[in-house]
Amino acid sequence: MPEATFLDATELVINMGPQHPSTHGVLRVILKLDGEKVNGTECVIGYLHRGVEKIGENRTYQQFAPYVDRMDYVAAVSNGLGYCLAVEKLLNVEAPPRAQAVRVILTELNRIASHLLWLGTHALDIGAITPVFYCLREREEVLKVFENYCGARLTTHAFRIGGLQYETYDGFEEEVRKFCDWFIPKVDEYEELLTNNRIWVGRLKGVGVLSADECKQYGVTGPVLRAAGVAWDLRKAQPYSGYDQYDFEIPTAENGDTYDRYTVRMEEMRQSTRILRQAVDRIPSGPIMGKVPKVVKPPVGEAYVSIEAPKGELGYFIVSDNSTQPYRLRVRPPSFVNLQALDRMVRGGLVADVVAIIGTLDIVLGEVDR
Amino acid sequence: MPDEQKPDGSAAPPPAPKPAAPKPAAAAHAAPPKPPAVMVTTPWESDITQLLKDRFGAEITEFSTYLGQNFLVAKPEEVIPILETLKLELDFDYLVDVTAVDYPKRAERFDVVYILYSFARNERMRVKTMIPDGFSPATAVTVHLAANWLEREVFDMFGIQFAGHPDMRRILLPEEWQGYPLRKEYGILQQDDGWVRENLGIESGQ
Repeated sequence: MPEATFLDATELVINMGPQHPSTHGVLRVILKLDGEKVNGTECVIGYLHRGVEKIGENRTYQQFAPYVDRMDYVAAVSNGLGYCLAVEKLLNVEAPPRAQAVRVILTELNRIASHLLWLGTHALDIGAITPVFYCLREREEVLKVFENYCGARLTTHAFRIGGLQYETYDGFEEEVRKFCDWFIPKVDEYEELLTNNRIWVGRLKGVGVLSADECKQYGVTGPVLRAAGVAWDLRKAQPYSGYDQYDFEIPTAENGDTYDRYTVRMEEMRQSTRILRQAVDRIPSGPIMGKVPKVVKPPVGEAYVSIEAPKGELGYFIVSDNSTQPYRLRVRPPSFVNLQALDRMVRGGLVADVVAIIGTLDIVLGEVDR
Repeated sequence: MPDEQKPDGSAAPPPAPKPAAPKPAAAAHAAPPKPPAVMVTTPWESDITQLLKDRFGAEITEFSTYLGQNFLVAKPEEVIPILETLKLELDFDYLVDVTAVDYPKRAERFDVVYILYSFARNERMRVKTMIPDGFSPATAVTVHLAANWLEREVFDMFGIQFAGHPDMRRILLPEEWQGYPLRKEYGILQQDDGWVRENLGIESGQ
C-alpha cells in the first residue's frame, strides 16, 4: 500500500470561533471538512457560563429578577416576563389587567427589537451590509421607549413579581402608536432590499433544512419550528398575560429552510405591531401591582412556566421550599436547545453555509451558557 | 393566567388546586397560619394515568397535580419505557427539558425531572424519579434526541452519569473541572482553584 500523503487526507478539522464575528458571541464550532463539504461539527460552549442557576438559589426571589435580563440580553423583557410569571404561579397570584397590558406592549416591542438585531446581523453575515444600519436605526426607537419607561435600554428589569414597578409615562401610548405607523413601511423596505434579491435568495433557499419532525425530535421551538410548518406559538397554545384577547396570526412556512425562517420572522414583526396597536388602544385603568407580600415566600411546591420568547420556548422550573430563596431554579433556554440542532443542519452542506445557519438559528450566547 | 394544563376531556379534570385555600383552613386557629411543609398536591386522573397504571402498575408511585400541572413519580428503571409509551401512544413527542434537584439529606439524593409536552393534546406533564448518589439512570437519547445536551448539562452540574449516553462529557464547564456546582454542598463562591491557577494563571477566580 502506498504511503499516505497530505493529498489523501480527506478530512480537515478546523476551528471556528470563539472569537469570530459570525458566531454571534463566543461560540466555538469545530468543523470537520471534506473540501468545502461539512462532514460534522462539534459545538464548544460555556465561555459565558456564569452559573445563573446557582446564583438563583442564593438570592431572594426579588433579588434574582435583574439577573434573568442578562441571559438573553437582546430580549431582556421576555426573560423578565417568564421569570415573573413563574414566581407568580408559585404564589398563585396574577398581575392586574393594566400591568398585563403594559407587559404585552413591552414584550412585543422587545420581540421586534430582537428580530431586528437578528435580521441586521444575519444579513451582514451573508454579505448584505445595508440592512444592519437600517435595523439598528429602527431598534433605537424601541430602546428609546424602554429608556423612557424604566431608564434602561438593554437590561431593563421592567417587570416586578406581581406586576410593574413603574406607571407608564405621559405619552407612552402615543409614542407606541407612532412607532407602529412608522415601523411597518420600514419592514416593507427591508423586504424590498432582501426578499427578491438574487444573492439573498441564492444563499438562503434550501440551506439548513430542518423538517417539522426533526424540530420536535430536537426540541427546537420558535420561528425555526414555525418555518417547518408547525403553527405552534405559546401565545396561542397556552396564552399568558392576556394574549388570548388579541387578534393575531401565527406566520408559518413550508420548507423549513433558512429562507423560510427569514420570511417567518419578518411576518412576526408585522404581527407584533398588530398586537401593539390593539394593546395600546385598550390599556385598562387600575392598579399595576397585584397582592404580593413584601417578603416573597411561595408555599412548598414546584412549577414550570414557559413563554414564547423571540427565540422559542423559554421556561422556568422553580422548586420552592417556602423560604425567601428558590430551592432550585432551572432555566430552559431556547437558544441552548435550538443550537443542538446545528450539527444536523450543517452536515452535508457547504462550509460557507455554516455562517448562514448559525445566523438563522438566532442564538444568544448569554442564554446558551447562562 | 389560565392554568397551563388543559386536562383533556371533562371525565376527570384535576380539581384546580388552590394551595392557598387549604393552608389557612388547616391552621385556622393559629394567628400566623403556618404553611404546610410538603407540597399540597391533588391526585391526577385521566386517560393518561389510566393507561400508564395498566401498563406499569406499582412502578409508578404517584400521579399528582400541583397548581394545575400534572406530574408522575416513577422508579428510575422504568423511566425510559414510560417516556417511550408517552411518546408513541400518548403523543408526548416533545421533550422540553431534563433537569435535576439535589436533596442532600435524602437517601435517594436526586430528583431527575423530565418535562414533556404534547403538540396534539396541547398538554404538559412532568416525569420525576428519585435516584441515590452514584446511580446511573438510563439515557433518554434513545427516545428523544433533545435529551443529548440536556443530560450532559445535568451531568455537568450534578454529576449524574446517564448510562448509554453517546457523549457523556461536561458541556458548559471545562472538561477537567473538579466538582459539580449545582450540588448543595458546592458553595456560591467556590471554584476549582487548581484549574483556575493552571489555566488562567491567576490565584483565584474570585
